[in-house]
Amino acid sequence: MSTAVATPEAPAAAAAPVVEKLTKKALTADHPTWCPGCGDFAVLAMFYRVLEKLNIPQEKIVVVAGIGCSSRFPYFMNTHSLHFIHGRALPLATGVSLSRPDVHVFVFGGDGDGFSIGGNHLNHAARKNIKLTYIIMDNFVYGLTKNQTSPTTPIGRKSKTDPTGAIDRPINPMKQLLASGATFIARTHAAQVKHMEEIFTRAIQHDGFSVVECLSECVMFYPGAFDDSWPKKGGVWETIDETQHDVTDDVAAFKLADNLAPGKFGVYYQVDRPTKNALEQKWIDDTQAKLGGTSQKDLLKKRFEAMR
Amino acid sequence: MSTATAPVSSSDSKKTLRNAVIRFAGNSQDGIQSIGGFLARLAGRTAQEVMTYMTIPSTISGGPSIFQVHLGSGEVLTAGDEADVLVAFYQHSYDSHFTALRQGGICLYDSGEVKEIKHEKGVFHIGIPFTAATVEAIGGSAKDRGKNMFVLGLIVSVFNLDKEKLVGIISRQFGKKDESVLRNALLAFDAGYAYQIGDIEKFALAPGEADSGHRISTDGNQMLSLGLLAAGVRYGAAYPITPWSSIMETLRSELPKYGGIFVQAEDELAAVSMAIGEAFAGHLAMTGSSGPGLSLKMEALGYASMAELPLIVVNVQRGGPSTGLPTSVEQSDLMQAIYGSHGDTPRFVLAPKDVEDCFYIALEAGRIARKYSSPVIILSDQALSSRIEAFEEPDLDKHWVEPTLDQTPRDAEWKPYRLDKTTQHAPPGTKMAGGKYPHISGLEHDEWGHPSGNAKMHQQMTNKRRQKLLDAAAEFAAPEVHGDATGDALIIAWGSAWGPAKEACDRLRSEGHKVSAANIRHLHPLPNKLDGVLAGFKNVVCVEMNDFGAYGHGQLAMLLRAKYADPKIKSVCKTDGLAFRVREIVTGVEKHLAAGQA
Repeated sequence: MSTAVATPEAPAAAAAPVVEKLTKKALTADHPTWCPGCGDFAVLAMFYRVLEKLNIPQEKIVVVAGIGCSSRFPYFMNTHSLHFIHGRALPLATGVSLSRPDVHVFVFGGDGDGFSIGGNHLNHAARKNIKLTYIIMDNFVYGLTKNQTSPTTPIGRKSKTDPTGAIDRPINPMKQLLASGATFIARTHAAQVKHMEEIFTRAIQHDGFSVVECLSECVMFYPGAFDDSWPKKGGVWETIDETQHDVTDDVAAFKLADNLAPGKFGVYYQVDRPTKNALEQKWIDDTQAKLGGTSQKDLLKKRFEAMR
Repeated sequence: MSTATAPVSSSDSKKTLRNAVIRFAGNSQDGIQSIGGFLARLAGRTAQEVMTYMTIPSTISGGPSIFQVHLGSGEVLTAGDEADVLVAFYQHSYDSHFTALRQGGICLYDSGEVKEIKHEKGVFHIGIPFTAATVEAIGGSAKDRGKNMFVLGLIVSVFNLDKEKLVGIISRQFGKKDESVLRNALLAFDAGYAYQIGDIEKFALAPGEADSGHRISTDGNQMLSLGLLAAGVRYGAAYPITPWSSIMETLRSELPKYGGIFVQAEDELAAVSMAIGEAFAGHLAMTGSSGPGLSLKMEALGYASMAELPLIVVNVQRGGPSTGLPTSVEQSDLMQAIYGSHGDTPRFVLAPKDVEDCFYIALEAGRIARKYSSPVIILSDQALSSRIEAFEEPDLDKHWVEPTLDQTPRDAEWKPYRLDKTTQHAPPGTKMAGGKYPHISGLEHDEWGHPSGNAKMHQQMTNKRRQKLLDAAAEFAAPEVHGDATGDALIIAWGSAWGPAKEACDRLRSEGHKVSAANIRHLHPLPNKLDGVLAGFKNVVCVEMNDFGAYGHGQLAMLLRAKYADPKIKSVCKTDGLAFRVREIVTGVEKHLAAGQA
């Protein structure tokens, strides 16, 4: 497709190698609507920093989200961005990623959007290995709708929909993603800035479906949810030692994810597998190679001729 | 079609016919669709008109199935109310379809299968051992395979069709496969052709009157798929569902040749979301489905109206509600297509009137989607999806639309949702000279796409989105009127109901009624020019395959009544899962005319 389509700036860029430096100032849009103290501020700040560091051309950055507090993310990014409907950010991003290999696609969302209403899409985007980066800001609660149980809420935790405490087993994000076939799976914490920076960077650099669960506290409805992994609040911060853990070993990763309360942080799994983007492109290339440069219009004409 | 079999001349031993309706009744695995397909293609190549009709069981392993072919040397608008020839493969086929045969018709049946015949209606019965004769011709363990080709040979002989041309078509079809496949097919065909039927009058179809240009024959889903390619669609996503699936199969296999991708999504919600993603990415994208799938897409379709993204959505309607009748025809999704999403979601709804029009409606949908940056729903239906017609090959030099991706840098004045302009988005990759990038939003928003709960802004944006419909209604051409511009009744039909409606109109006119017929392709918004068309008639009768509901009117009739507040607008409705018979429409219109005079 890229050949058939006008990309005016591409040759110009080749002729004049003036690379503008991407800055936080250029990336900043609306002031976030999040509550003071929300963990999501740190995620946003870190995303600006990582983009600055990687210096991706501003017009090539695409930020997509569904519905939820964290899913307001696109409005806070001065880039091409789209705020979609609840749970469907991944398929929308799949459409962008597959049809525009020249742009970088980022998806942001929460645990409800990703694991509950959008759960099916997470499985399929993962198994198809769509080239994009998905950051799930997990706060263990529905915040935008003011304190209902989420798919990651621990058993026993009280909410407006579980007044006597949650009774449904929460999902284990790492295990679910492993079973789905995601090719980069990591876990980080919004209060651990350096760790977040490393994980975001590696996720973006991964050629495939990279997904990061980033624990991000909801100070309004679930304060203290992640204190157990926050040394400042008396918790234990434990990272994955990749000299001991083989990130290409899915069985080892599955074991490592046995206990996520608070569990370990870092890269659980990372493998190279062809993306759907690459496989579709290969099919296009192989198909077109057999056509010997026939124009698209002539192709359709021939098709009609065969129907006479 | 009983009148049509009257001989035109009897100068030689063969009667010359202007029309012939042949119904093949068997099981779906007997290959009766391919008999029909070959006859339809032959008709296309001999400048005759053709229309087919088939029923298919929705079960996997087959079941009773029919294929009806209506061949004609003049205009053919329906698959025929009654059959001139019935070909029955089994006793159950015979029993179920004997009533479809006209008085004095011919029944060819497999004498190895059909044991009991009825001596009614002066039908001329000819028992032929289809199965045994085929096995004898091919030899070996051929069993049932090939008996369709045997029957095809019989029909070619009875109607004195162009054998040479047909053998050419068969050879091209089977030539791609194993050599023995073609050999067996031709052996069976020749055996059928040479079979001594005995004492039967043979017929010949009058030469075709259609234009001698390049004619093609195919079904509606094929034409819709190819129309989408010509319209510049290179990306899409969908989920399989009957009777939509063959469009996605075609696009999935064809698009790589055109550098595009069609994605099989995990569900209907993902499918429409992916297509919206492709639209946001700057392409003319599409998704499609049938009834239940369209219901599932509704939230995202509302988003496309709100975010003002161009998108083509095909709905090949089938019998509803719920899972309904997956392989039957109905037109009961009109209201849903127009109003199915929550909130005020302006969008466009079009319907092709026949198989040929499936191509042109796709072009029109592409044009509207681009011009108004809006979702456009094409309402096809099960009858159009599977029936075969022959018609003029489209002129691609005239209609071809080259896909574009407009990434020209936008100046500082540019905003995605300007109140004074129709939205035209800047896709990702576009540099913004003013340094400010657009937000695409499903929340009510300001001109930049920022969320806005401002009361005035919501009203202004609602006006802006509605304005597209008003502009389009003014722009759309007047509906095509068949017959005089004034009269006692105007029959209005959309989608596949148009063919029988037009023929019913002709029949009523031949009986002396002052009746005309009009087809509406632009169902929403309705063209402003429709006002003048309706003004010429004392009655307006909407012919639709949907239920008349609580208020006594079909879905289009309800809309016309809402728009015109005129009691002269009436309905002829049915929901039996079958295409309209001409006489059903004739009777319905006559009833309204009689009531009007009373």
